[in-house]
Amino acid sequence: MSPEGARNVPRSPGELFYAFMKLGLQGFGGVLPVARHTLVDSYRWLSMDEFTDIVSRCQALPGPNIVNVSICIGARHFGARGALAACGGILAVPFVMVLMLGVLYSGYAQLPAVAAALRGVSAVAAGLIIATALRMAGSKRLRSWRAAFGIAAFAAVSVLRLPLALVLAVAVPLSIAAAWFGRKAAP
Amino acid sequence: MIERLGILAADFAMLSLLSVGGAVSVLPEMHRSLVDVHGWMSSREFSDLFALAQAAPGPNVLVVSLFGWQAAGMAGAVVTTLAMILPSSLLTYYADRLLWRRAGAAGWREIIDNGLAPITVGLVLASGVLLAGANISNIPAMACTAAAALIAWRTRVHPLWLIAAGALAGIAGIV
Repeated sequence: MSPEGARNVPRSPGELFYAFMKLGLQGFGGVLPVARHTLVDSYRWLSMDEFTDIVSRCQALPGPNIVNVSICIGARHFGARGALAACGGILAVPFVMVLMLGVLYSGYAQLPAVAAALRGVSAVAAGLIIATALRMAGSKRLRSWRAAFGIAAFAAVSVLRLPLALVLAVAVPLSIAAAWFGRKAAP
Repeated sequence: MIERLGILAADFAMLSLLSVGGAVSVLPEMHRSLVDVHGWMSSREFSDLFALAQAAPGPNVLVVSLFGWQAAGMAGAVVTTLAMILPSSLLTYYADRLLWRRAGAAGWREIIDNGLAPITVGLVLASGVLLAGANISNIPAMACTAAAALIAWRTRVHPLWLIAAGALAGIAGIV
């Protein structure tokens, strides 16, 4: 955690672009921890508290979290230009790399060895997502009867195969209302 | 092709605004649209492309670029990526400027976070189960999924090691 006086600011949208490009390329299966390290510890553009605050703002909104974080941090310094620079920085190079993988996939997915390797990787990838859910389930926000909304959302999507828009239209207002009443009961 | 790009744009723009907790939350809905409704790829291809995206650096959301690529080539990749990123980004930009910085907003954010957190976990778990389900008849692959889940949940092993191990297990003919 950097002391208030030791803080820096990005000098230009270009520097924002570069910083977010660097941290985007270091993130495998979750860019957020790398973002914290780069922005708080290396560049010192934010204190740990500010970073946590921005992440929590972004979590209350839809969309990929790290992209939202880049929008907020970019906008803070250079308005819309900054938001575009930071968001572009985090996406541009990985986008090209992912497309190159797509091209390779189209060309070589039929090869037995490639198909076999992908079968193994996809089994692991499924496990990584399940692990993400299990880790998130350990959050203090879920230590409440309101965890039932998570079980209901899971069942609605996974077992009943209901459309997501319908599930969210019902579950989100109910869950937020429950969180609101829960807050009132314990001031 | 133009019609297909239009459907992709509309579908992913809607998913962008529904993606509480990020792109992984809406994977089952992408699967429903791309595989079940439109038949633009098989379940196997859907899982393969997700696996590829996991093996690449960068935000997870870029899996939508691969889905767009598979459905409609380069134009498809650009369309799905922009459609998935733009709506939620604009919402974030304006919410951050107009709402979240106000005094008292922190209390509401806390309530919304608390309300969304359980739903996000449920949706992410549903995505994991969907991806694992692609291998439902392959017991070694299911064991591989379970082992990866357990290791990634309980230890700090870098996910790239697990992905590499999965690739090796595949090539060795274990899964």
